[in-house]
Amino acid sequence: MNKVVHLHPMDDFKARSKAVLDNAGQRKNFRGAMDFLQTKRRAQFPDQEELQGLRELGSSIRRYSLAHLPRLLEQLEANLTANGVQVHWAQNGPEANAIALKIAQRVHAKRIIKGKSMVSEEVGFNHFMEAAGIEAFESDMGEYIVQLAGEAPSHIIMPAIHKTKQEIAQLFADEVPGVTYTEDVDALIQIGRRVLRRKFAEADIGLSGVNFMVAETGTLCLVENEGNGRMCTTVPKVHIAITGIEKVVEKLEHVPPLLSLLSRSATGQAVTTYVNMISGPRQPDEKDGPQEVHLILLDNGRTQAYADDELRATLQCIRCGACMNHCPVYARIGGHAYGTTYPGPIGSIISPHMLGLDTTYPLAFASTLCGACSEVCPVKIPITDILVRLRNEAQARPETEEATLRGSGAARTLVASTVWGMWSQVYSKSGLYKLASWFMSRGRALSPSEQGAWTRSRTPLVPAPKRLRDLMKDHKS
Amino acid sequence: MSAREEILNRLRNTHVAEQQAMPDIAGWFGAHRRSEDVVQRTARLRAALEAVHTEIHDVTHDNWSSVLLQVAIGKGLRHILIGATTPHGEQLQACQTKALQLIPYEQPIDTWQDLLFDGVDASLTLARGAVAETGSLILWPTPSEPRLMSLVPSIHFVLLDADTIHEDFYAAMTAESWSEGMPTNALLICGPSKTADIQQTLAYGAHGPKELVVLIRHADGRQA
Ligand code: SF4
Repeated sequence: MNKVVHLHPMDDFKARSKAVLDNAGQRKNFRGAMDFLQTKRRAQFPDQEELQGLRELGSSIRRYSLAHLPRLLEQLEANLTANGVQVHWAQNGPEANAIALKIAQRVHAKRIIKGKSMVSEEVGFNHFMEAAGIEAFESDMGEYIVQLAGEAPSHIIMPAIHKTKQEIAQLFADEVPGVTYTEDVDALIQIGRRVLRRKFAEADIGLSGVNFMVAETGTLCLVENEGNGRMCTTVPKVHIAITGIEKVVEKLEHVPPLLSLLSRSATGQAVTTYVNMISGPRQPDEKDGPQEVHLILLDNGRTQAYADDELRATLQCIRCGACMNHCPVYARIGGHAYGTTYPGPIGSIISPHMLGLDTTYPLAFASTLCGACSEVCPVKIPITDILVRLRNEAQARPETEEATLRGSGAARTLVASTVWGMWSQVYSKSGLYKLASWFMSRGRALSPSEQGAWTRSRTPLVPAPKRLRDLMKDHKS
Repeated sequence: MSAREEILNRLRNTHVAEQQAMPDIAGWFGAHRRSEDVVQRTARLRAALEAVHTEIHDVTHDNWSSVLLQVAIGKGLRHILIGATTPHGEQLQACQTKALQLIPYEQPIDTWQDLLFDGVDASLTLARGAVAETGSLILWPTPSEPRLMSLVPSIHFVLLDADTIHEDFYAAMTAESWSEGMPTNALLICGPSKTADIQQTLAYGAHGPKELVVLIRHADGRQA
């Protein structure tokens, strides 16, 4: 049933964006969804002062945690291990998948039931497991729909946001045995519930993501509304959690402010239906819960962001999705156009570390820099500053100090760098500036009508017939 | 070098210039807390829970079991899963009626999982406390009231003592010193399971309970 989902290479980002822009139906879906999520978030923060104070607190918790990251990871590992949780480290996607496969093979697993985990999407978990002959079944309703359709999620919180209920009704009628077409949302959800209840009961392994990890107690916190996350982490004999190394906080008391920011920013709820805090496998006197709990800590480029004083802020992210919900670009092109696991503003700033700037730099340019993302970000990541920094990195001269990332300088072209080189000469030497502007104003008739990207949707730039200094001279005389 | 060492070395080799003070969580909550009494906290909890389709009944130590049985029979339930050796489970068993079968969770799940998934209508668990601010019930599943009780049956009854309602999550975890030792699993539950994954339309009864019924037990003599 599972069709393989291929993430598209970056070079057709523009083509994919255009395809969505030309699709009035999809645009309407996205607009409606974004308006819905924006309104719900706004209703959760009636008090601006409280919001700003809480954002400041959330940001300080995340910055504190990152400042002490190596120590906190070691503390987390020690406490989890003492609690009976097995901790694994993976430098990249293939390593993470190999760790999970080894566990699966040891317990002779045939079926894995999955709770929502963007990190598992990041490493291509489903595809990898299926290639190894193990079924990986999504249980979050949105993820289940997307998997049934052979697609990838288009939003990190609401994976099937690009689909209408009519499309989902048709999908269920076509793909779920014994189901007749219905557009009744309650009925559709009950169909999903029925199918997935069997899957929970039959699965050998439950896979989940993690929202926060607490170092001092060795606790994994997961938030959700559906209960599938609790099913995945409670019913199967083995639970594997996979997450990025940046998700750790030191103290349990750091969780409540972040939890409040996350649920209010993400879905406009004061709290999610479930906050699930797991600190160990089933104990000898307990009657349910997994007998083994594993945690896979994934780097996959995060240490590259960490090494840079400005880009480290990228790792403050708590994956609420508010930046994409408020992004004028995301609202128009949707999640799939980005071609990366994480779309929207957060995707544009985190993906270069995972995939290399050479394949992802167009994303940094797909922004108006309006600043809506930075304004709503609950942990105050200066997203627009980081976008500008990535644009500069993409133009950096390779093999020099200005190129600090994998794939830096990929956008640099000889024409552009020559033009900008000349530009900077002209603007830093007054004699040269005088001379150049004299020639420009006198030779304005020679201005090319084709001016690259500028003239694709604008009229050509033509220098003024008189320079400012000429105008001033006229004015004085 | 192992992946662990490589990752940690890369992190350790980064000098983080920005010195961060430990965030002042107590200060924030101290400044933003409402200082409400039990009655106000109960009212706030109730409003938050009712906003997410939770059914609430005010009960006392004397009448909670009969109220529960009445509600359960009214819903046409045939059985309720209860904890194996809990005072409230025993109290309920004492006033058992023929119309309703009480099933104690006695065996490890591995031996009766299919029955739990397909053959149990409802369950009853005791809440450890609650959070007024968000309408969350705090559950720490125990060997006698295991994790799946609050997840698998379609209807989940929760018995909550009003005097265990805290103002916010931070107040609850500090008052009870959670950081000194967490259980295998701790839960906050706010309403029956739900989803809005189909065109942002809210639907209850996603994967967990379809209904949540909370019995708020008031201390004797106190106004419900
Ligand atoms: S960058 Fe900020 S707004 Fe965007 S997902 Fe992360 S925390 Fe949310």
